[in-house]
Amino acid sequence: MSLSHDDVEKIAHLARIKIDDAELETLRTELNNIIGWVEQLSKVDTDGIEPMTSVVGTNLGHRNDSVSEVNLSDKILANAPDRVGDFYAVPKVVE
Amino acid sequence: MSELTRLSISEAACHLESKNISSEELTIAHIEEMERCRDLNAFITETPELALQRAKKSDARRSKGENVGAMDGIPIAIKDLFCTDGVLTTAGSHILDGFKPNYESTISQNLRDAGAVMLGKTNLDEFAMGSANVTSYYGPVKNPWVVNDLKDRVPGGSSGGSAVSVAARLSLGAVGTDTGGSIRQPASFCGIVGLKPTYGRCSRWGTVAFASSLDQAGPMTRSVEDAAIMLQAMAGYDPKDSTSARVETPKFNAELVSGVKGMMIGIPEEYTLDSTSEEIRKLWEQGCQWLESAGASCKRVSLPHTEFALPCYYIIAPAEASSNLARYDGVRYGLRVDGDSLDEMYENTRGEGFGAEVRRRIMIGTYVLSAGYYDAYYVKAQKVRALIAKDFEAAFADVDVILTPTAPTAAFPIGDRMGDPITMYLNDVFTVPASVAGLPAISIPAGLDSLGLPLGLHLIGRAFDEVTLLRTAKALENLADFNASPSKVDS
Repeated sequence: MSLSHDDVEKIAHLARIKIDDAELETLRTELNNIIGWVEQLSKVDTDGIEPMTSVVGTNLGHRNDSVSEVNLSDKILANAPDRVGDFYAVPKVVE
Repeated sequence: MSELTRLSISEAACHLESKNISSEELTIAHIEEMERCRDLNAFITETPELALQRAKKSDARRSKGENVGAMDGIPIAIKDLFCTDGVLTTAGSHILDGFKPNYESTISQNLRDAGAVMLGKTNLDEFAMGSANVTSYYGPVKNPWVVNDLKDRVPGGSSGGSAVSVAARLSLGAVGTDTGGSIRQPASFCGIVGLKPTYGRCSRWGTVAFASSLDQAGPMTRSVEDAAIMLQAMAGYDPKDSTSARVETPKFNAELVSGVKGMMIGIPEEYTLDSTSEEIRKLWEQGCQWLESAGASCKRVSLPHTEFALPCYYIIAPAEASSNLARYDGVRYGLRVDGDSLDEMYENTRGEGFGAEVRRRIMIGTYVLSAGYYDAYYVKAQKVRALIAKDFEAAFADVDVILTPTAPTAAFPIGDRMGDPITMYLNDVFTVPASVAGLPAISIPAGLDSLGLPLGLHLIGRAFDEVTLLRTAKALENLADFNASPSKVDS
């Protein structure tokens, strides 16, 4: 499996990362090398093996569904690059 | 160089306890060193005022007989991956420009509660992705070990700044994080002790996430005893981290001086690589002989899936990273680069905000999680991960601790191994398997190579058995009797 120029463009878009055209080819080579290298896993016989999702092996705990902290909007918005009132501001999405 | 900066944490704690010195004096001595050694680039943010405030509070507590333990008044450094209330937190990335959290990570809070004095936030590879501390937006960190060729060497990574702050005596201890070797490999490169606890032992809450099923905080110190002291203050169940383990926190120094008599040490045959230097192989054999001379027995064990641990890690870690780093979108914190639409703003922000290595890993992660490839790559890697964990389980039926080298080489010059990302990944070949299996592991400085650079030995323990791991490490430390210090310190 080898990634084409279009594949890399598509991945960059899925990841929402702008890549310059000049950089895309270098990235394509690097990604193909890495993908080619990790593909050695196909040599491992994993028939009947359950995928391991967590090393701790415990079930996630439950907590009470109760309010612990209230009205933190100023704290939460303190680092926002742009805000309007109690909201984050972003470029216009709906015309 | 002040005598105060040469103390270990346990020695400093004794002096503080007997009021020979104050935390303020100790803290000032370290602030001076931190400022003197700025060329090492170990710190991204220095917090001397905060440190002095906390040191004075510690002294006040002590004068009222209220001291809260062995870490009270001890100046330490914190990797800039931990959110610290009101203090710039960058993760070594441009994308977190100006981010000042208004909360404290559990780990740094636990240390604050224990009275530790934060000197500053240390440099690291961007988002902890790297093995040489060369991917930081804030520039590379220099290893304080300078040998005859006078080349600037890497400190290892990703906790390179933390390792350097401890090795160069800028702090008595430092907090690092380890996802695939990021505490242990820089510890080895800088001639210090670095402990990655069992996954779940230390809370991840408030730590900037890289790969959530692997990330674990741990202490970096100049002695095994100090590592036990520091871990004691850091560890414990945290309801705010759903993967934090609900297990009792033992006294980590309970068996520190019990020795290794009668213990069985495993030597994994698959860790013999062609790329490992002859000197490191010899040191590994020497480590074995040392432990045998102290009454332990060494036994060959097999971890058959070792060679697949690194490729397995380089699917799982980027997959988790691509998902964790989706939050950096220019909306809630950090950098925003404008665009005509929301999507364009996201793409511009992330394109400019992330460095090359982070971009590569996000894209690999995005690819292996994408429709059509998920089973072939991600699920496959999770299955291989299960096999790697089983290998260790089988080995630990016969042995108490496993001994390996920490890294296949000593520290290399800044700028080397930059051509191909995979060459850099191979640094972590000995540390990644324990990470994949979630096991505790520690690197101990054990010798110098022919150039005079430090080399580490690596011990892996059973899950949640840091007590036995530290006990073995202490014995190995005594036997190796490593007392060299970097030229930066001798000057």
